[in-house]
Amino acid sequence: MSSATLATGGAAPRAERPRRKAGKGAANQLLGVLGIIGFLATWELIPRLGLIDERFLPPASEVIAALVVDFGLTAFWIAVAETMKAWFLGLLMAVAAAVLLGFIIGSSDFLRKATNSTVEFLRPIPSVALIPLAVLLFGVKIESSLLLIVYASFWQVLIQVLYGVADVDMLANNTAKSYGLGTMARIRYVVFPTALPYLMTGVRLAAAVALVLAITAELVIGSPGLGREIALAQSGGAISGMYALVLATGLIGVLINMLMRRIEKRILGWHSSIRSEVIV
Amino acid sequence: MKHLRNAGYILGLPVLLVLVWWSSTLGAVNFFVPKPADLVETFGEVWFGDRFFSDVLPSLARLVVGVSVAILIGVVGGILIGSIRWLRALLEPTLEFFRAIPPPVLVPVLMLLMGITDSMKVMVIISGCVWPVLLNTIEGVRAVDPVLSDSAHTYGISGRARIRYLVLPSASPQIMAGVRQSLSLGLILMVISEMFASSSGLGFTIVQFQRSFAIPEMWSGIVVLGLLGVAMSFIFQWAERNILRWYHGQKEVENAA
Repeated sequence: MSSATLATGGAAPRAERPRRKAGKGAANQLLGVLGIIGFLATWELIPRLGLIDERFLPPASEVIAALVVDFGLTAFWIAVAETMKAWFLGLLMAVAAAVLLGFIIGSSDFLRKATNSTVEFLRPIPSVALIPLAVLLFGVKIESSLLLIVYASFWQVLIQVLYGVADVDMLANNTAKSYGLGTMARIRYVVFPTALPYLMTGVRLAAAVALVLAITAELVIGSPGLGREIALAQSGGAISGMYALVLATGLIGVLINMLMRRIEKRILGWHSSIRSEVIV
Repeated sequence: MKHLRNAGYILGLPVLLVLVWWSSTLGAVNFFVPKPADLVETFGEVWFGDRFFSDVLPSLARLVVGVSVAILIGVVGGILIGSIRWLRALLEPTLEFFRAIPPPVLVPVLMLLMGITDSMKVMVIISGCVWPVLLNTIEGVRAVDPVLSDSAHTYGISGRARIRYLVLPSASPQIMAGVRQSLSLGLILMVISEMFASSSGLGFTIVQFQRSFAIPEMWSGIVVLGLLGVAMSFIFQWAERNILRWYHGQKEVENAA
């Protein structure tokens, strides 16, 4: 990213946001909090009133207490760290491979046409189909999770990069050409900024998918992490503990979504799609 | 000539890949990688027999039921929540949290609540697939063009007609985007629910092959899942083209202008 493009995306438009809107936002947030409280209250009441047996669905207060206990346990944080490690490594590998291949394939008309059928065929293959293969090749190690994560997130990013590279404005590209920019310079200053919003969308989608696959691999294969803890808690009859871990995975999911959105906003601060959001 | 070149583009790389696979398994036999001919033979043997009726069809039935119910709930609930402003503000954070929970963790939870039954597996698919459709529908309903909305109001279009002729069409591109996500999610959940706890179905059979080191059979199962995924994606694309024909046409006009 060039510093010139970054500088245009300052915080200037934010100051003009009308005040009434902020008040409405606060009211909405209040309603949202009310919604969460209502949900928790319903959850608390269902087992207390005996609609569902307490052994199978413990009341919310019990589960939250178990989650708080978990927060004090080293074992819990080790499991979280294992999950996040698999998530991060898998996502990194997938994004790196997809960006590299995406730019190579996307910049050549021949390669794009020749690979289209193969990509369209391989992309919809569900990554869980690879679970047996992962077990055979790697057993219950982190590599199993990585195989599934990389396969699933790779396509998300690759497709977006291909769209992005195809979206390059021919006028801009030809202008750059006539100003004597070489291939590398054109990729750097014309193709890359065009493809960046698409790439960020791909990464955001891939981050969510990667978490799902990390948990899946741990749950089904038994590679270390939160998913395995959930399976263990379930088979061990630690029911509140299991629900607490499910809540924890949800919290991680929300955190990842928020993090990716923030990164997207920071990196694409100069881009009109983000800036129009701020102005409105 | 043009058709020939197109066929070359479509078939070139796949044929090349199969040739590489074929030639690399000619000599020494790798335990994990079956020969192409063996795989095709096993594929026919394993999947075109009793197993088609005992494992494949039930799995598919669960998938279809689960995804259809999820789409129905998602669209109806989404229109309801999306059109009532306070309801949307009330429920949105909770729904976002539910969407953020990785759906596979629902398998042990629902196993506990419902036991290992067919309805549990369908429930897993429903409860995982409903979120993308629901949240996308809410978003689509919210983003209805205000000018169109006001025009409809002026013409006295309200109630069911408003939903049929204004809300549903404007939200449909978003809804289809959600449906696409939930289709691939549904396939994943179908397999996982069977791998985790089952005595029949595609996922169970494939894991069974892997545990007994029946490698070509296991690969043939992977191929079945792959073909399923591809078939679903084609069906979806066909349906989308038909349902959203007006939308793609409109986009084309806008882009040309």
